[in-house]
Amino acid sequence: MSTGKDTWRKPPFIANPALRYGLYAVAAIYFVVTLATLPIDWERVSDGLTRAQRIFSGAFPPSFDRAGLLFDGFMESLKIAILATAGGIAVSVPLAFMAAGNISVKPVYLLGRGIIIVARSFHPVIVAIIFVKAVGFGPFAGALTLLVYSIGFVAKLLAERIEEIDFGQVEAMRAAGAGFIATLAYAVLPQIMPRLVGLGIYQLDSNLRASAVVGIVGAGGIGATLANAFGRYDYDFALAITMVIVGVILVSEAVSGFVRKRIA
Amino acid sequence: MMSRETLHGAQDHWSRFTLRQRLLRYGGLALTLLVVGWALRSIDVIWAWVWDAPSQMADLFGRMMPPDPRNLPTILEAIWQTVNIASLATMIAVVVSLPVAYIAAQNTTPNRAALWAGRFILVSSRSVNTIIWALLFVAIFGPGIVAGIAAIMFRSIGFLGKLLGEAIEEIDRKPVEALEAVGASQFKIVLYAIVPQVMPAFFAVAILRWDINLRESTVLGLVGAGGIGMILQGAIDTFNWPEVSMVLLTILALVVFGEVVSTYLRKKIL
Repeated sequence: MSTGKDTWRKPPFIANPALRYGLYAVAAIYFVVTLATLPIDWERVSDGLTRAQRIFSGAFPPSFDRAGLLFDGFMESLKIAILATAGGIAVSVPLAFMAAGNISVKPVYLLGRGIIIVARSFHPVIVAIIFVKAVGFGPFAGALTLLVYSIGFVAKLLAERIEEIDFGQVEAMRAAGAGFIATLAYAVLPQIMPRLVGLGIYQLDSNLRASAVVGIVGAGGIGATLANAFGRYDYDFALAITMVIVGVILVSEAVSGFVRKRIA
Repeated sequence: MMSRETLHGAQDHWSRFTLRQRLLRYGGLALTLLVVGWALRSIDVIWAWVWDAPSQMADLFGRMMPPDPRNLPTILEAIWQTVNIASLATMIAVVVSLPVAYIAAQNTTPNRAALWAGRFILVSSRSVNTIIWALLFVAIFGPGIVAGIAAIMFRSIGFLGKLLGEAIEEIDRKPVEALEAVGASQFKIVLYAIVPQVMPAFFAVAILRWDINLRESTVLGLVGAGGIGMILQGAIDTFNWPEVSMVLLTILALVVFGEVVSTYLRKKIL
């Protein structure tokens, strides 16, 4: 008798059963096969627990004995982040104009997009390594790295904002016979200014975070201090640094959120 | 019609901002310039290197050209390893982040202690960068893929849990109330009233994180945690610049591939 649908069933997320089970099967097979074929030394992994215990017992309690070093590292990170944000915005504005489809000509547009894609594709750490090799260790390499990192984000979002502007003002300026630069300055820039300021503040926060990381490969700032502490097995100092990094990130996130709320 | 005089009397020219607004804007600008100036003056930079930088960069890129494809098989193998690290870590992180998201969302958390525990896990996971996680796990597990997977996973949990938690907080309460009214168990409420509502967000967030993880796994090797970064580090250490540029091109291709795939999948789902 129970051939009809006498109980209700939850409709599945993917309606086609073949596709649904096919996807599950592919995912499961992938998971098992890659996990099995990856060159994993399980013996070492199982050793990990004792090693983790040693690291954590070495890390507690965190040591703030070298607070001066910690403070210097942080100030350097802050300066790197500020300079990279300022430089990044200075470069991003013209780049965003280039990469906006509605006001740029095709070849310039493609060039602008290409630069943005390349700037976005490489992880800051990779960019940092290249810059460290090119211009030497220290905060200058870090600032250049984060400048590239800022371009990838600010120019991309700014270009998208430019593509969304109200074009009436541009047309009005053109009809009045204004030149190209005047049109950009008076018809486009005022419309994108709030977004630009918001992006700048967000990017400062984000650069401060990233500057902790690029320091690990020698680009200055708190990351360099952290990498040194790790390298010397000073786990208690490393934990102190990490705790301060997390604290500063939380504070800067709160501050940037507050400022952006006030502006928007 | 108004006379010319009254017009003049009212306002003789239009201005976009009031005096107060203008002062605030110039003040903000001056403050920004001051801060940038302070950073520029006090930063510990060897300026000779700065003036030298363009020629040094040109020199470096000159040495990278043309890219050297001889090691391509090894590079591709490492890229495949990178993809696997990113994918496996994303899969595991998705599973682990589900209960965390559940207790970190205000409307599903069992009690306040669980809520704060959930939030603590999310914040600590997100505040520590992948590379720092990787440093830690390399110290624990030794160099290799396991450390990489663990690092990516620990970093992803915070991201996934936060966004999923927000999706759970935004659900429509009515299905939950309906099931409560007919006396369904907590498990059934989650399965039938919450899961279907957050499913699209769940897949979108997981795909987004996979894309990010692909990028992040390219650098794990630099601290010894597996993937293409190991080859990059090796090539840089031996000043094999043509191979460095080959690796960079491959990474570029990988990232563009990841972006294309994730855009396609997201479009399919949403």
